[in-house]
Order: sequence, then structure tokens, then C-alpha cells
Amino acid sequence: MTARRTRRVAAGLAAAALSMSVLAACGGGGGKPTLNWYINPDGQDTLNALAKSCSTDDYTIKIQLLPSSATDQRTQLARRLAAKDSSTDLMSLDPVFVPEFANAEWLLPFEGELKDTVLDDDVLKGAGETVTWDDQVVAAPQWANTQVLWYRKSLAEAAGLDMTQPVTWDQVIDAAADNDGTVGVQANKYEAYVVWINALIQGAGGNILDPKTVEAGRDAKVTIDSKAGEDAAAVIEKLARSKAAQPDFSTSNEGTSLGQMFPKSGAGEFMTNWTFVYKNYDGLIGKPGGPADKAGLDDLGWARYPQTVQGEESKPPIGGIDIGVGAYSKHPEFAQQAAVCVTSAKAQTELAVNEGLMPSRQSVYQSDELKEAYPADLLALWSESVDSGGPRPKSAYYSQISSAVQARWHSPTAVGPSTPGKSAAFLKAILSGKALL
Amino acid sequence: MTSVIANEAKAGKTPKAPTSDRSRAENRLALKLVAPALALMLVVTAFPMLRALYLSLFDYSLTAPDDRTFIGLTNYWTALSDGLFWRDTVTTVAIMIITVAFELVIGFAFAMVMHKVIFARGVIRTSILIPYGVITVVSGFAWQFAFSYQNGFVNSWLPFIGDDFNWFAERNSSLIAIMASEIWKTTPFMSLLLLAGLAQVSEDMLEAAKVDGATWWQRLYKVILPNMRAAIMVAVLFRALDAYRIFDNIFVMTAGANSTESISFLTYRQVIEQFQLGIGSALSVLLFLSVLVVAFIIVKLFKVNLADARQEG
Repeated sequence: MTARRTRRVAAGLAAAALSMSVLAACGGGGGKPTLNWYINPDGQDTLNALAKSCSTDDYTIKIQLLPSSATDQRTQLARRLAAKDSSTDLMSLDPVFVPEFANAEWLLPFEGELKDTVLDDDVLKGAGETVTWDDQVVAAPQWANTQVLWYRKSLAEAAGLDMTQPVTWDQVIDAAADNDGTVGVQANKYEAYVVWINALIQGAGGNILDPKTVEAGRDAKVTIDSKAGEDAAAVIEKLARSKAAQPDFSTSNEGTSLGQMFPKSGAGEFMTNWTFVYKNYDGLIGKPGGPADKAGLDDLGWARYPQTVQGEESKPPIGGIDIGVGAYSKHPEFAQQAAVCVTSAKAQTELAVNEGLMPSRQSVYQSDELKEAYPADLLALWSESVDSGGPRPKSAYYSQISSAVQARWHSPTAVGPSTPGKSAAFLKAILSGKALL
Repeated sequence: MTSVIANEAKAGKTPKAPTSDRSRAENRLALKLVAPALALMLVVTAFPMLRALYLSLFDYSLTAPDDRTFIGLTNYWTALSDGLFWRDTVTTVAIMIITVAFELVIGFAFAMVMHKVIFARGVIRTSILIPYGVITVVSGFAWQFAFSYQNGFVNSWLPFIGDDFNWFAERNSSLIAIMASEIWKTTPFMSLLLLAGLAQVSEDMLEAAKVDGATWWQRLYKVILPNMRAAIMVAVLFRALDAYRIFDNIFVMTAGANSTESISFLTYRQVIEQFQLGIGSALSVLLFLSVLVVAFIIVKLFKVNLADARQEG
């Protein structure tokens, strides 16, 4: 009997404690609101500091971490927003997900004065294009990413390549193959492979989908089956059959070719990769995978993304992060204010200097802090690349488009003249909902 | 009660005299008492199914809600005429048949051990059941590491396999790794169900067979297995349906690479990754229907009347 009473008392206490905690969780209406900011794992330290410094007397910004893979980040945010989650206030979005989310009306557009603040003339064109949808500004560019051609100056010199002039993929592949070097790309079956294919096609003056109709979603016109598509396939085919292809060519990613720049033996490589590469090697001086000394780092060269077709200007890939505000946020005004703060020029300077995440604002490239942290010509190359880069298809169906392209262009060793035709047929079937992915 | 009536009806017996007023009143009361639970169950189980059925008639992407259009049964035709759907169906059926066959044999051996063991009974039974307590995702990761050519032990344990053999590089070897994890994880469940069947086999019958001079094999084939038919069927049915829905191990070990996708995984990708609610719903309805077909085939195969089986139990 006593035991039973004790149990009853314990259960009662537990229930009371539970209801108290539930009440406490539900409450908070009277206190200072908390804005949740879902970030991806890049540059966490600086983002945490930004969350703190952008918190005001009206609200506190709290960081929530998303998974590391872009697909998982997208899925998690989409599931929250599809369920009209009011606790998703701010989110760091990969530019390719912005059209999808905006089309589903999950992002709160910036209007009036705020719109002019997040997208003024200072924002680089390539970065600015990623945040508009349906004539509205649906996100704020926070940092911009772009690819350039990284290479060993000694290797280019041995091949007799004048790197002050634009180079083509053909030249780069031949130069590497004839001089014991390699060419590093991203050719695993994942989204970054589509980044490469897209840049190759755009560099030849074409597009995966007709840019005029791309926003029409399912009704977009497929234009991958074109001369530009064939030119792109020819580059991949050439590299696949060349001595310059790296051993893990068909599973290569952003990280795998880093070690080929300063190998134990060999001439090094030409590599198309994102902006983080400079900081990466700068931090690896004297360490495995990095240059032996400061002079070794000086052998690292950079040039504009290679041309697909000689004489036709290349279209470097654009990446980065845009800050979106959840359409179901309980504090939309505060959240938009916070978005403006975390994308300000000051915030972008900190991200660039501390984390190597490059600004989307032109003025920041000219700041003293950045000039101190990076070589001047590299900064100029980055800002030029972001400004003249080519976006990936801006579609609410981007994820399907990307998977469909991967399905027909992978493995890169099997790419040939018929690949653009085959992928066009499959892409049309996918867009019209007539095939499974 | 239902089974008794059903059996009587089948045997051609005349139904009993009409029920009394009192029992009819009791029946009415019973119906009223279960009605709320029934309604709740319908809401919980029928609603998602009907919703899936409804959504499957649309071309509908979560990220393009305005483009939603009614297309009738086109999604079903798209799925059924797509080679990917049939490739994944073949993969799923192959996984189901192979894993259930292995589990039945190993599980039966374990059940015999658990049934016969005299000393340390609790410890042995518990240790056999441990894998079933492990979460599938965890066992998936454990087996992925075990099969890894970099830090796994499988390659060094198998003399005919090179130390640098990458199990996850192509389809068949990836499927073997996935099935090994599945078999390891769920064999205890099979043996638990079979143990219950084994306990029902009358010792008298076994004793009689022994006296008649039947060998161990004869006792197994002529006495034990026929008497366990219902239990075996239930075990096979449960496991086969479970295996047909295989998802976690594939998700963890290969994420569907090298054509190791199952039908559940294909459905998951359409709905969760691609946000294609229309075709995804059509696939889940097809998955549901194919589960019914599998269940029907197994029940027919064992020629066991489920009602009889229940009555015996």
C-alpha cells in the first residue's frame, strides 16, 4: 500500500513537472523573441559571432545547425516549411534551392526599402541573380562563391602556356598530359558534376534549359541537345581519355584533387575549384598535401575558368549562400532586419577574412581587411568571376533537372557525342512527369 | 468467435438458433463501446491511404503547388512502364526471397537450440535475441564498417576474397552486404516465432515416432514440420512482408547507388528528395498493392487457413 502511494505521489510529481516544462516551452510570448537561424556547417565560428552581434534588444538570434550535405539541408528545411513551421525564421540557402523554395511560397519576399537594401548596386550581378524569383527579391545574398582555374605556375611554364591570356580546356588538358601533370575536376555522381557540365555548356554559348522559359518549370524548353552540349561532351570525353585524368576521375569531388596540386612526385595539376582553395593551401604550408614552404605557395597560380570554345568567354560557376526568411515566421519583421544585418558589408568582410567565404558585395573586395588577407589579383579575379558567371538552371524543378542530367552524363568515361541527345530526351520525360528518377 | 462461425458455415452446418434479445442488446452495446476506437483507427489508418490514393491522380510537386493538375491514372502508367520501377521490383523480390530463405533455416536452427537447451537457458535465449534489439540503422552502419575494405574485418575473414575488395563498388556485392545485415538483424525474430511453433508440437507424438523407430530426420520431416506449418507460415509471412519494405539498410549502406534501390527507396526518393507527391503517392499505392499480392501468394503457398491456425493457437 505504501509502495503504491509512493508511486502515485511520484507519478503526480512527474506529471506536474512535465506540465510545467510544457507550459514553459509554450510560453515565452511575453519575453524577448528568439529567431532561429538554420545554417550549414561552413564558417560556423564567424556565423555564431554574427548571430550574437546582430541580436538586438528586440530579439535574439539563435543558430541551428543543418546537416553537411546540400541535399539533406534542402530536405530538412523543406520538410519544416511544408509543414508551415513557424520556428524557421532565417535560413542559409544554397542559391539553387532559392527558386524551389520561393516558388512554393516558403520565403518571405523583401519589399520596399528592405528590398533596396539587400539588393543594391553594390551586389555583384551573378550573386544578385540568385535571389530574385518572379520579379521579387526572395533572399539576401550573404556570400558568393565561384570557381577559378588553380594551377602550378611551373607546370604551365613547362607547357609553354601563357596564363595571362584566357586558356581553353583543350589547352589545359594537353598541357597537363604532355608534362606529367593532371587535371582536377568534380565528376562524381552528384550536384557538383552538374555545376561542371553547366559551366562547360554555358561556356560554349548554350544552356541546359532555355533561360527564357526556364522559370516556366515543367514547360521549360530543353536545349542541352545543341552544339554547345556537344562541345561540353567533347571536353569531358577528351579528359576521360587523356593521361591527364586523375585516377579517381569518375568519383572525384572538391576535396579529392586538392592533394594533387603539391604531390610527393609529379608536376602538379590544373584544377577548377571554389575559392576556399587559397586558404586551404595557405594553411598547409609544410604539412602533408600542402606546399613545402612559402616559395611553394608562390608556385600556386590562378586564372579565369577555362573556355570551352576558343574565343568564347567562359562562364564560371556561381555558388555561395543566400539568407532566406521563412514565410511562416512568427516575427517576420525582426527576421528580415536580422537578415539585413547578417548580410551587411561588415558581416561579409568578417566571413571573407576569417572563413574564406567570399563577399557578394563589390565594395567589400576593396576593403583593407581583404586586401591584407588575399593577393590583390586574386580578389580581382574572384569578383570578376562572380560578376560574369553563369547560373545553374533557375527552376522550381532544379533538383530533378540536376538528377536527370547526372543520370545520363555519369559515368564521365562513357560520355560521348550522343550524350546530349540522350540526356535531352530523358530531361524532357522527367520534366513532363513521364519518367522516374 | 468469428472463426468458429466461419468454420461452421464452411462445413455446411446449420447456424444456431436466433440469438436472444439479451445477446443482441449486448452486441449493440459492444458496437457502441468500440465505435470510438474504430473511428479513431479509421482516421489514423484510412486517411493517409485515401489521401495517397487521391494525390496519386495528380501531377503535383511540393515546390510548384500552382502547377498541380489532375492527370487520372497517368502516374500509374508512368511507373509501370518505366524500366526503373521493374528493376527495383526485381531487386526487392530478390532481397526478400534470399533473406527469408536464409532466416528460415538459421532461425529454425536457433529455435531448436533455444527449445532444447537445458542449462543457462536465459542467457542463451537472450544472446540469440540481441541482434533484434539493435536499431536497423545502427546495424546497417556496423555492417557497412565490417564490409569496408579499409577498416572492416570481412575481407580478412574470407580467404577467397582479396583484402582490397570493395564490396560497395558494384551491384551484386553491395546487395550481399545489405542482405547480410538484414539476415543478421532479423533472424532472431524468425527464431522467436518458430520457437513458439516448436513449443506446440506435442511431445507425445515425438515420443510415439521415436518408439516406432523414426530417425531424427524422419521425426523432423514427418512430425515436427507438419505440426508447425501454421507457425512457419506466420513467421515467413511476417518476415517476407517486412523484407519487402526494406529501406534502412539500403539507405545507410549504399544510398541506392549501383542499382541497389528497393521499391520503398524509390518511393522515398520521389516523395522526400524530389518532392513529387503525385508520382510518389502512386508508387506508394503500388507498394501497398504489391504487399497484398505477396501476402496472398504466401498464404496460398502454405495452404493454411488462417482462421484454423488461430483456432489451433
